[in-house]
Amino acid sequence: MVNQMMAETKKEKTTTHKIGIYLWIWGLLFVLSFFSYMVDWFEFQGLLRWTLIVTFMLLKAGLIMSIFMHLFWERYAIVNVLLWPMTAIACFIGLMVSEGYYTVFTRLFYFVVGG
Amino acid sequence: MSDPTLDKLPGGYKGLASDFGSDQTLFKGVNWGKAMMWVFLLSDTFIFSCFLISYMKVRASVVEPWPYPSEVFALNFLGVPVPLLLIAIMTFVLITSSGTMALAVKYGYERNRKLCALFVFLTALGGLTFVGMQAFEWTKLIFHEGVRPWGNPYGAAQFGSFFFMITGFHGTHVSIGVIFLFIFARKTFRGDFDNARRGFFTSMKSDYVAIEILGLYWHFVDLVWVFIFAFFYLW
Repeated sequence: MVNQMMAETKKEKTTTHKIGIYLWIWGLLFVLSFFSYMVDWFEFQGLLRWTLIVTFMLLKAGLIMSIFMHLFWERYAIVNVLLWPMTAIACFIGLMVSEGYYTVFTRLFYFVVGG
Repeated sequence: MSDPTLDKLPGGYKGLASDFGSDQTLFKGVNWGKAMMWVFLLSDTFIFSCFLISYMKVRASVVEPWPYPSEVFALNFLGVPVPLLLIAIMTFVLITSSGTMALAVKYGYERNRKLCALFVFLTALGGLTFVGMQAFEWTKLIFHEGVRPWGNPYGAAQFGSFFFMITGFHGTHVSIGVIFLFIFARKTFRGDFDNARRGFFTSMKSDYVAIEILGLYWHFVDLVWVFIFAFFYLW
């Protein structure tokens, strides 16, 4: 009987947020995508282009993960388990950036100067 | 979440420490299927990261100029080439399907069978539209512009292999998602989650938490597209 009651309360467990928050985030994602498209439209170049693209990208990713994927409401245990591995990716990016510069340096050096 | 037993536990970083030190289930209040989906998505993140990082490394080190995506992916509209038009529409379609999925999850938790099924179905339609437009884009690049994994008329030969690999792997994820969305739209509408009907494949009792798990996958597909859009098309 107790088990049944617990099952009943478990069934009733709901996580409802007001519909407004989803519509807001939806709208924000649209606006941010529009902005990043505008970066290309107005042909911004160089550091300005890259900064804007990465900013809009990270904002969109943050909104999707925190609100749509509900990470904002999860306990810190799962949030930390999911986000800390990203530092490994950041390290990998750092390594490959320097590797890329080294490769292009050797290529240009040997193509121009010769062996 | 709104589980009363969870409200008694400490929150924040104290909660993090006590959850890890509890000698019990680590992810409290998280359905096991949901935890497993997160683990899968984490591993998928690493796969997509490897693709994008190798793309970055190659693009940084090629000696020939990299094809300018803004021109490669331009689409003629009323005779005028509009840069990245199709890609922009695809982005908006995928975001819209992510929004409908978020609503489906919400209605799933409210045990609103019809609205939940409707929004899962709409999400599936959005995903199908996205895959269709991607097929159109691939056809255009392969048959009309001669882009191949080993070369293309625009510049660095590596462009094609990264384009097909990255967008192809993402498109595969979308296609698998669309199949599951259609299956789960049917399951939801039939009332599987209200009657706890046993699944055809898993033989486990159906529950609305499945919609949230499917939602995680679908939002992840949208999340990956955010990065592909930024790094491959806009950069």
